[in-house]
Amino acid sequence: MSPRAAWRLESIGFEQVYDYVAGKADWGSFGLPLEGAEGSETRVAAFVRTNAPNCRLADRVREACEHLEENGWDTCFVLNDERVVLGRIGLRAIRGRKDVTAEEAMTPGPSTIRPSARLRNIVERMQRQQLTSLPVTTPDGRLVGLLTRRDAEDALAAVNES
Amino acid sequence: MPTSIDRNELQLLLTEQEAQLVEVLPASEYEDEHLPGAINIPLKELDRQTTSRLDRGRPVIVYCYDYQ
Repeated sequence: MSPRAAWRLESIGFEQVYDYVAGKADWGSFGLPLEGAEGSETRVAAFVRTNAPNCRLADRVREACEHLEENGWDTCFVLNDERVVLGRIGLRAIRGRKDVTAEEAMTPGPSTIRPSARLRNIVERMQRQQLTSLPVTTPDGRLVGLLTRRDAEDALAAVNES
Repeated sequence: MPTSIDRNELQLLLTEQEAQLVEVLPASEYEDEHLPGAINIPLKELDRQTTSRLDRGRPVIVYCYDYQ
């Protein structure tokens, strides 16, 4: 649609016309702000914990996960140097803290969601699939953070009350 | 000829050239969500009259939902 709009503007006489072809889906999926009735306050991005624990493939689980549980985390993401999510280390591996690498301990290719996902849809999914959290990434797979079910449910309740 | 741009180029045009953002989707979709500062002129209503509020001396960036 936007290419036709751009050409139409040129036909009307505008000389500096640009087409953001990826549109607001792209904008929102990178966690950038949106306005409107379904704006940023109803999207996942506003409620992501951006300090989610993470480590590299070669890190030893024993060291990488040493203090996670006592700090309230039940997961650790395994990233490459581009911060792309390669895997996830779950609670069992964290508690075990065996002397293995993150690559050996991780579950590869975890499901992820985008920052622009609608909160109500994600809460429904988490409840249906009994998920306690979901990793949030940009469309190119880079870690944004972790959305916990508790945070998401609290946020949705607040949105519904407002 | 219109120039296709990405997200980073859009942000540069906004900050450095005071570009004007126009969402060309129907009004209901604009009301649901839109980029900050964007105005709404649906494609079906795009003509000389509805675009008269745009400054022809500044860049105009149009967008819709995605590539479709």
